[in-house]
Amino acid sequence: MSDLITTTVIIATIASGIRLATPFLLASLGEAIGQRSGVLNLGVDGVMLLGAFFSYYVILETGNIWFGVVAGILTGLVIGLFYAIVTVPLRAEQGVSGIGIYLFGLGMSDLLFQKLVGTPLPIDQFDEWHVPMLSTLPVVGEMFFQHTPMVYIAFLLVPVVAFVINRTTFGLSVRAVGESPESADSLGVSVSKVRFTTIMIGNALAGLAGAALAIELGIFQQNLTNAMGFIAIALVYFGAWRAPGVMAGSLLFGMIGAIVLQAKTLGLIPRSASDIAAMAPAIITILVLIIVANRFRQPAALTKPYVRGD
Amino acid sequence: MRNYIIAAGIATASVCVALAFGAIMLLALGANPITGYKTMLTAAFGSAEGLSSTAVKAIPLMLVGVGICIAFRANVINIGGEGQMVMGGLFATTVALALPGAPAIVLLPLILLAGMTGGACWGAIPGALKAHFNVSEILSTIMLNIVAVQFMNFLLRGPLIDPGEIERGTRIPQTQRLPEAADLPMLSESLNLHSGILIALLAAILAYVLLWRTGIGFRLRSVGLNPSAARYAGIRVKRNIVIAMTLSGAMCGLAGAILVFGSESHRMVTDGSSMGFTGSAGFNGIVVALFGALHPLWTIPSSFLFGGMLVGANSLQRVAQVPSALIIALNGLIVVFVVSTEWHRKRLQNRPPKLNTAMHGTGKANGVQV
Repeated sequence: MSDLITTTVIIATIASGIRLATPFLLASLGEAIGQRSGVLNLGVDGVMLLGAFFSYYVILETGNIWFGVVAGILTGLVIGLFYAIVTVPLRAEQGVSGIGIYLFGLGMSDLLFQKLVGTPLPIDQFDEWHVPMLSTLPVVGEMFFQHTPMVYIAFLLVPVVAFVINRTTFGLSVRAVGESPESADSLGVSVSKVRFTTIMIGNALAGLAGAALAIELGIFQQNLTNAMGFIAIALVYFGAWRAPGVMAGSLLFGMIGAIVLQAKTLGLIPRSASDIAAMAPAIITILVLIIVANRFRQPAALTKPYVRGD
Repeated sequence: MRNYIIAAGIATASVCVALAFGAIMLLALGANPITGYKTMLTAAFGSAEGLSSTAVKAIPLMLVGVGICIAFRANVINIGGEGQMVMGGLFATTVALALPGAPAIVLLPLILLAGMTGGACWGAIPGALKAHFNVSEILSTIMLNIVAVQFMNFLLRGPLIDPGEIERGTRIPQTQRLPEAADLPMLSESLNLHSGILIALLAAILAYVLLWRTGIGFRLRSVGLNPSAARYAGIRVKRNIVIAMTLSGAMCGLAGAILVFGSESHRMVTDGSSMGFTGSAGFNGIVVALFGALHPLWTIPSSFLFGGMLVGANSLQRVAQVPSALIIALNGLIVVFVVSTEWHRKRLQNRPPKLNTAMHGTGKANGVQV
């Protein structure tokens, strides 16, 4: 059995783990931005589904993968605007309204797919883009520098998000609004504007995550995400609301997925054991949540609508 | 009285907006919205058969809805209905398979109890995690949904699979025909209506009594309304959070058990997802409860309405080729509309009568129930 696990297999597994982590990473980076400003978006899974569908449909019709990427982002922006209106001026309970968005995305993506496409036709996928020089490195090159563009986009967004949140005026406003909207408001920061912006960015990234998933799989079907969006939300807690932490969580989940997949392909584990293995991410998440809940504090104004006192 | 009118008005408006959106969707899909809605109404409420299917669809919605009411009243958001239903179904199925020779009078109460126990355990875990480890119940219930589904897939593909499936080599992940003694008694053979509806109605009434006529209910609602005040009054907040989630889970588990033993195949089957087993009742029950203003008794008509929508959607799919997924999307919109209007409803309801406005000139009293 041990001769099945060769260096090639290990390299391939790690590379596929990075690929599988990509949609998680995009969605949870977006969710993290929203949560830093005090807004919980439980609808990520629904936004991902709609983003995945529109991206799939556009690619199917136009044959251009980048158009599909843009379609995913636009879908996210439209739903983001809707969710922002519901959350900010209308002050809906965020623990529940997000479930409404999820159900809407789940039903709508399925409905549109059945009506507009019907039979699942495969779409074009991105070719791998080998980073010049780096991709020729032994082992490391194959693991990290021979991926599709979506993978690079997702991982490059990690330092970008970290920089914006920690080192820019906008990021300072986001954190202020998430921790103490009253103080931010008294200093002239518009709580509504900041939250509208973060919700739109967050949903755009969720739409992009859906697009990444559809392009990676080259297909769309009912409930394509299978609760990935919900795991992405948990990954934000996992990563203690910080971009590098979120990345670590996404990679861990991607790797678990890749290892299970690889073990199944190699016939190392029977089908029944893979059902048990599929529980692992959820159980690990719960255990991590227990640790995180007592070590890190969530943004103080998370899920609390802001009402200006008189 | 005025408060009821405001609440009913806002709920009706929410549904109207969602239905208007549905009408636009129907138009876009090339169906006539008026005939479309008429088809749905007739299918769901126009005949004895229709009403009976509506009632059967309403059972899990009602039970989950009642469970959601209990949790939300204690200010705990239970999104784990799906997983709790699955665990309830699994517990009940296991008990029935373990006691193949037991008479109905023993087996029936046992499977219902087993279902409640399964759901209660699956609800107690996130309750305890919230109370003692400060873990958001929203996240832990979602994670436990995933765990429950995989556990169901594991059991139905392995230990609990119908031996016949292995002999034939088809390996459909389902149990054997469960003992006939565990079949829920039929109220009407011709209409295919089983007694699960009576159990659900009874549960709704008992939940009402529990919440508004007992000490437990008083404490749960106190914790939900103001945990600090409740603690000051000597109510153990943590313990009541666990109780609320356990009771909520028990209701969902009961729904799961009834789904299995009221099903036409009398087997527990999985298609790999929780939706395949629950029909998304764990989520739709939230819609039902919100629409029923988180009141167990209002959950009864609310569940019939949404059960009817499911039945209507199926016939719409047959008649007008409109995928029934439309209803899931509409349910989502209704949730969003109901919670979007919630804050404004409270403001309207708590506005003091005209005469008193002079006394509360600053408007600070708006948040206080008068």
